Amino acid sequence: MKVILSSEQIKRTLDDLANRIISETSDEFDIAVIGIRSRGEILAKRLSRRLSKKRGKDIPYGTLDITLYRDDLNSPQGGNQPQVRTTEIGFDIDNKIIILVDDVLYTGRSTRAAMDALVDLGRPKAIKLAVLVDRLGREFPIQADYAGIKSDAAPVKSVQVNLVESDGKDEVIVE
Amino acid sequence: MNRRSKKFKWQRKHLLGLRDLSAEEITYILDTAKGFEQVSKRSVKKAPPLRGKVVCNLFFEDSTRTRNSFALAASRLSADIIEFTKKSSSVSKGETLLDTAKNLEAMGIDIVVIRHSAGGAPKFLSRSINACVVNAGDGFCEHPTQGLLDIYTIRKIKGTLEGLKIAIVGDIAHSRVARSNIWAMSKLGAEVILVGPPTLMPAQVSRLPVSVSYTLDEVIEKVDVINMLRIQFERLGGNPFPSVREYSHYFGLTVERMKRAKPDILVMHPGPINRGLEIESEVADGPNSVILEQVTNGLAVRMAVLFLVNQAAAQWK
Repeated sequence: MKVILSSEQIKRTLDDLANRIISETSDEFDIAVIGIRSRGEILAKRLSRRLSKKRGKDIPYGTLDITLYRDDLNSPQGGNQPQVRTTEIGFDIDNKIIILVDDVLYTGRSTRAAMDALVDLGRPKAIKLAVLVDRLGREFPIQADYAGIKSDAAPVKSVQVNLVESDGKDEVIVE
Repeated sequence: MNRRSKKFKWQRKHLLGLRDLSAEEITYILDTAKGFEQVSKRSVKKAPPLRGKVVCNLFFEDSTRTRNSFALAASRLSADIIEFTKKSSSVSKGETLLDTAKNLEAMGIDIVVIRHSAGGAPKFLSRSINACVVNAGDGFCEHPTQGLLDIYTIRKIKGTLEGLKIAIVGDIAHSRVARSNIWAMSKLGAEVILVGPPTLMPAQVSRLPVSVSYTLDEVIEKVDVINMLRIQFERLGGNPFPSVREYSHYFGLTVERMKRAKPDILVMHPGPINRGLEIESEVADGPNSVILEQVTNGLAVRMAVLFLVNQAAAQWK
């Protein structure tokens, strides 16, 4: 097991992501943060706090469940049967710049599913992808607009993002 | 994905009844249904998980709510639907249930939703064809999606079924809704009280996990939920009660009786209602009534059921 981001580094990485998002987004448009269940949801909440502070106004956040949009629902899933959970987005996404947040960008399949789920909810001005870890191994033509760190972990390895809210501790490990 | 937590896995490709399900399985369906509720509330009221699948509504008995609810549930999940009704089919030429189903299956059907007057018909079908089978009501046996939507409605408002006192009132003997309710509600920790004239109680009522009362006045004050069943005139043989007026007098949910009920009692009815018979209009349309919420929730529950049986079927490929 190797720790690639410590608790302190996660904090700094999120600060840095928030800075970059604010500096590259025109004041003209409203921003909203939407996290993909379940780690993305937590990161979205943290990011929206930082963005709200920097913009000096409330940047809303929401949670997206992508299960219904997955591309493996009709294939055997082994022990990893995805459970349908709720999408909780308490605001209109029309014409907003949506910062879509996930913990790890790997194959790009979750991001594809998330984009399809989002356009069924409305027509955002733009969707930008922010991730904590940008891992090598894309299967779809998708890339992050804002990435914390890059990882070239081999396909047999697992990149795990642990967060205080869900796992009791902030760290990113490769094992 | 969530790889660390202990995972429950849904494994049933048929939903035949609630009697065989564990409390955990029932809860899993209800939790899944929560995720489907919002699909009906957003700008695009459709999601893609059953894209390319075919659902057949195989109804050998009349139905308004259940058939349309399943049809809408299937279309919101992007499935294609074949509507089969007995009257306009070759059943009127003598084709058997099995032949009908096998022929429909030969067209490439993935899920059969069946309603039949013979108890056990869905189970029989599930053993004979490869498609998933969902019971939409069989004889006096079960109507599992109605039971699920009833529980979903109660859980949404009361939070849990644990410790609730629930009265099911009326024609229990001929009610598959009552049976599905009894099995599932008792599994989830509710106390079920059956209320009705002795002539409308099932023969082996002592073997059910319930208590029985023959007067509504005795239970109205203490229950949290009251589920009023329809008097099914089409199924009644003989004279189970002397007159409709007498039945109403003893077992009807009237405005007068409601005055003695808990202020937050939930009034439920699976529909269709005989207004003025088992329930007075003012009560059916009153503030404690969740009858139309039941219908709305039924859609989410049926979406969840169709989704789950298909997901289980995918494991066997």
